[in-house]
Amino acid sequence: MKFVDEFRDPAAARALVKSITQLAGEDEFKFMEVCGGHTHTIYRHGLEHILPPGIELVHGPGCPVCVIPMGRVDDAMWLAEQPDVIFTTFGDMMRVPGSRGSLLDAKARGADVRFVYSPLDALKIAGDNPGKHVVFFAVGFETTAPSTAVTLVRAKQLGVQNFSVFCNHVTIVPPIRAILESPDLRLHGFLGPGHVSTVVGTRPYRFVPETYGKPLVVAGFEPLDILATVHMLLQQIRDGRCEVENQYGRVVREEGNVQALKLLGETMELRPHFEWRGLGFISQSALKINGAYADFDAEERFSMPGVRVADPKACQCGEVLKGVIKPWECKVFGTACTPETPIGTCMVSPEGACAAYYNFGRMHREAADMIGQTAGV
Amino acid sequence: MTSPVTSASTNSHVGREDRMLLKIEEFRKRRPRLIDELITLAHGAGGKSSAALTDNVFVEAFRNPELEQLGDGAVLALPSGERLAFSTDSFVVQPIEFPGGTIGHLAVHGTVNDLAVSGAVPQWLSAAFVIEEGFAISRLRSIVADMRQAADAAGVQIVTGDTKVVAKGAADGLYISTAGVGVVPAGRQLGADLVEAGDRLVLSGALGDHGMAVMLARGDLAIDADEIVSDTAPVHEMVAALLTAAPGTRWMRDATRGGLGTVCNELAQTAGIGVILDEAALPVHPQVLGACDMLGIDPIYVANEGKFVAVVPEEQAEAAVAALRAHPLGVEAVVVGQVVPEPPGMVALRTPFGGSRIVDMLVGDPLPRIC
Repeated sequence: MKFVDEFRDPAAARALVKSITQLAGEDEFKFMEVCGGHTHTIYRHGLEHILPPGIELVHGPGCPVCVIPMGRVDDAMWLAEQPDVIFTTFGDMMRVPGSRGSLLDAKARGADVRFVYSPLDALKIAGDNPGKHVVFFAVGFETTAPSTAVTLVRAKQLGVQNFSVFCNHVTIVPPIRAILESPDLRLHGFLGPGHVSTVVGTRPYRFVPETYGKPLVVAGFEPLDILATVHMLLQQIRDGRCEVENQYGRVVREEGNVQALKLLGETMELRPHFEWRGLGFISQSALKINGAYADFDAEERFSMPGVRVADPKACQCGEVLKGVIKPWECKVFGTACTPETPIGTCMVSPEGACAAYYNFGRMHREAADMIGQTAGV
Repeated sequence: MTSPVTSASTNSHVGREDRMLLKIEEFRKRRPRLIDELITLAHGAGGKSSAALTDNVFVEAFRNPELEQLGDGAVLALPSGERLAFSTDSFVVQPIEFPGGTIGHLAVHGTVNDLAVSGAVPQWLSAAFVIEEGFAISRLRSIVADMRQAADAAGVQIVTGDTKVVAKGAADGLYISTAGVGVVPAGRQLGADLVEAGDRLVLSGALGDHGMAVMLARGDLAIDADEIVSDTAPVHEMVAALLTAAPGTRWMRDATRGGLGTVCNELAQTAGIGVILDEAALPVHPQVLGACDMLGIDPIYVANEGKFVAVVPEEQAEAAVAALRAHPLGVEAVVVGQVVPEPPGMVALRTPFGGSRIVDMLVGDPLPRIC
């Protein structure tokens, strides 16, 4: 593949790596990339292996699929199995295991489960199937929440009767704070979320340097973005600075997307608390559809079981999400828990730390160096 | 070369990771287990679930040496000593017509190509049709005309067939199944067991055109990309040219469902060797790469219907590429990787930055019903 793109230029990457190596010197640094999209880029392009060994990237909690607790997946399956329901969701959610299998299994048992690329597609399905009730299983951070908000507004404008949203949107700041409060944490800085920041802007992260004394640089998703961000973090540390910087300036503005935030405010409100897979309950960390849109709230329209299900004992997704252990250090990684038969959600989404490591990175440094050096075939 | 997975390290942390990785590799080499109770779409995706189903249900029941090769076609010896290649395939693509072809073209090309990469000269095809009640006869006629045209171009005859009609709703329009027979020229030997370290992987052209063309033709993505056209085509002429230019060719496979990534994994596992691909060398049309990026799909796993991979000895690689490029369908042919002794069963990819990653078999089905 010829990545002629300016953000995938190998010569520029080599220059950045050289400069990063000089800045890092003999010291060791741990940086957390918050976003699952970053984790995917890092593994897909083999970036871990071209950074100097002293720089470790810790994979954070920013994979929306990975943080949905089992009880919510069970509720989703219950909804999907209700008579005359068409259940819609993003493709990644189809394989997430609940306590009775996944939505893919529910589909094989006869439930009408369809994957969509946008909640507006779900609304269209509702229009095409007036005799059915269409539920959209909404997941994601502030990145995808505005598209759900737009869909709610549209549904209300059109007076759609047979459409509702099972809202599981979460917010990015509370888990970052939870990680910073974690006593076993040893991080030197953060690669801040890119897509989320297009919506929320860069201001909400100020507490990271101000309260916790860690630098944060909002990063883009191309390989050069990641390398440039690592470089910026190191430069801050070497300059004795500690602040929020924006590497992804071509997309992210300081104030975020004002219109999207306004739409979110019109349609959703903060939940008092929400359970995160592996991280437990975090207060004010998720969004609920507000009273004005209650007609489109699946939680209001259906009496879901709402049973809380403990994570499987063997699963260490929580420690992986907090960056306390590496994916391969989990007891079930790669044996009982694989992408075909995931136990934990980190193994499901291609953005999950475990799936990314299993699919792309299951190879140690010497092997990687050897392959990297294999002269052009 | 030491085994990258097992080589010792002085660092105890790395040593523990190595042991863990070794355990995982051992685990991966086990026969795939079939733990599902019901068929899901993943069983038809050509990845690990498909392998588990084939192994545990079909091979288990039909067991014989020809089947156990799990090639694109079975090569059968006649009492006279002549050898036939025999292959079958079914087609459920949705939509039935897409940019660059129809289910009719696919039904012929799919089987012709399976025979060609088995080393045979394709000769005769059968065709069976499952048609849903209400299907327009004019549309059927047009698809059958596509089959005739494709068969003429591939030098094969459709010599037997069958038709079934099912009630409305019991099928989705039209399904076609074809089987084919070809003659393997005397002296031609191909097999994964012939593959050696140092051999080169030659790919006959750009990746992902078919899968993305069909995906976008469904219209539910609202992506406009008129330039993305299916590559459905017969490869028998390219195969013949390659075998003439590189008579030492070891093994061939067409990169259909599961794409190049899956084909390379099958090679690595069957031959017990490692494969290293060079990402910078992989030909992908910019529109396809753009659409894949947008959808989060890796073009290395996207289906092709007119592309094949050949393993050739290093010294014949240049001639092989030149022979393919001399054919109108092979102008983008290129060496994409090489065979290495270690780690056996594994496919790795070298990124343009000098980074590396594993290319595993596909899990799940990003694009159902593309062929």
